[in-house]
Amino acid sequence: MSNAPAPHVGPVSDWDVVAGNPEFKTLMAAKTRFIIPATVCFVVYYFALPVLVGYAPKLMSTPVIGPVNLAYLFALSQFFVAWLIAFLYVRAANRFDEMGHTVLAHLARHKESQNKEER
Amino acid sequence: MSTPLIMFLIFIAITLVITYWAAKRSSGASAYFAAGRRITGWQNGVAVAGDYMSAASFLGIAGIIAFQGYDGFMYSVGWLVAVLLIVAEPLRNAGKYTMADVLAYRLHPKPVRAMASVSTLTVSTFYMIAQMVGAGTLVALLLKGSGITFNWAVTIVGLLMVAYVVFGGMLATTWVQIIKAILLMGGTVVLSILVMAHFNFSIAAFFDAIAHVKDGTKVVNFLTPGLRYKPPYGALDLISLGLALIFGTAGLPHILVRFYTVPDAKTARVSVVWAMGIIGTFYIMTTFLGFGAATIVGKGFIAKNGGINMSAPLLAQTLAGDIFFAFISAIAFATILAVVAGLTISASTSFAHDLYTNVIKHGQIANPQQEVRVARITAFVVGAVAIGVAILLGPTFNVAFLVGLAFAVAASANLPVIVLSIFWRRFNTAGAVWGLAAGLVSSLVLIIVSPSIMGVDAPTVAAAARHLIQHKPLFPLENPGIISIPVGFLGALLGTLVSTRDAEAEHKFTELEVRANTGLGSEKALAH
Repeated sequence: MSNAPAPHVGPVSDWDVVAGNPEFKTLMAAKTRFIIPATVCFVVYYFALPVLVGYAPKLMSTPVIGPVNLAYLFALSQFFVAWLIAFLYVRAANRFDEMGHTVLAHLARHKESQNKEER
Repeated sequence: MSTPLIMFLIFIAITLVITYWAAKRSSGASAYFAAGRRITGWQNGVAVAGDYMSAASFLGIAGIIAFQGYDGFMYSVGWLVAVLLIVAEPLRNAGKYTMADVLAYRLHPKPVRAMASVSTLTVSTFYMIAQMVGAGTLVALLLKGSGITFNWAVTIVGLLMVAYVVFGGMLATTWVQIIKAILLMGGTVVLSILVMAHFNFSIAAFFDAIAHVKDGTKVVNFLTPGLRYKPPYGALDLISLGLALIFGTAGLPHILVRFYTVPDAKTARVSVVWAMGIIGTFYIMTTFLGFGAATIVGKGFIAKNGGINMSAPLLAQTLAGDIFFAFISAIAFATILAVVAGLTISASTSFAHDLYTNVIKHGQIANPQQEVRVARITAFVVGAVAIGVAILLGPTFNVAFLVGLAFAVAASANLPVIVLSIFWRRFNTAGAVWGLAAGLVSSLVLIIVSPSIMGVDAPTVAAAARHLIQHKPLFPLENPGIISIPVGFLGALLGTLVSTRDAEAEHKFTELEVRANTGLGSEKALAH
């Protein structure tokens, strides 16, 4: 990404070229498809803890392993779920990075062909 | 000289060497404000983790668990910082030095920057005053007998943080934070192992002790929820706390600026992953610190020897004697110093970059060095104000609500407008200003009328522990997030929908979207 060309100001800017590129649209769709369900899962799992602990303290006090109760195990599991989400996100983001590189390469080719036309 | 004092002095010496080294390297605005954008992924991850692991969490959460068991652990769970995953990369790609850069990208810069700067300064100041008062109390307690009083401790902490920021900029602030985070993790791991050694490395024995903690004459199961948050409002307060933590951690200005110190969005992502790993491990270990203090040291002893915040240091003393106590105390001191330095630089960067350069000087300054000079002067002013206010409030002032307030403002004012400006095309200037104002004002008002400030005390209650306003609280929850976060979002939504559409802002959304998602045109790292 550090080789990205500097944007120029003109009637059709680099931004518009990229935004109109079908590969960019695929990238945005892929991101949305990951981020929205991941965020919903995370938020639901996270808030299940205070809701259950707050409204069903008896249930959550049930011992599971020796004296260790459901409330503590559920709280502990939050960390592992967050790490799992981070792992899945990084895996998906590496794919997004590649798609981003393709989009920028497309922009570079587009500019090259325009320069040739101008000459 | 006492052992804690020697360890404090060693840490101060190390940080001053770092500051000297950073001062020699740092020239130019991007070097000063963003460490030249050359911090690596793991380094930034450790620094971000260090910013979250403040004294409030190290001493505060260990203390709440030691005194109120499981409900204290609910604070630990709030620091998952997963929301940073969706904020860090677009922020890095779209901004330059401050949170407001992202908002100003496609909105009218002046009103948006002015409002965002007010919010940043509010969050940073409250958070800083809380840490300073805590620092003063703690240092006076830890260095008991050395002649260092509360006022002296506050002044020394204030002067050191100003020195790091003024001379060393973001580079020194980052390295002070990294070293402290490594020390803190090391100390916590050792302390956790010592706790387990006390129970002969039997998890069963440890949890058995937690289930039978002596509290006065009673035996209490500290794993049972509800020791702190009781009916009728306990459940709502827990949810509200969760909201403020999970969204507030992604809206704290001194954290967000860290993502400008790395070369690109991918590195920003790597640093979030590092931070999540370290923070998660640390907060899982609060199990050993907090429950360890409850079972091994005991609530009664802690209450008589410095109070709730001394739980972790006293645990160290009980398990491994005075030298380890001194070491853990020095880590607590380092924690406070590193966090207040981070707060100072984010406050002064916001003042210099948002208010001075882009509002007062209309975005036209002759030389970027001028911006750096203004930031340095601001750091002095911020330091002087923080020292003054902390001394004025005094060692007995209850600061816990100031931390709550900082998180509430970050979650209710900052996060909604950041998220909407990145993800909502229609979002406009009025929406940003309304959202910031609504989140800020509702958090402030709700905290003032909450049980943290309002309450009727019996005449026997000591002056220091009395509520600031002697009246029945108008709002029943300690944590305002459950109301103020929706109010912040609603303000942003309504402000946008009732004002006319902004074609320019919507057109520039395309630009922001491309930039945020591909890194096209983003700020580059300084060349080596």
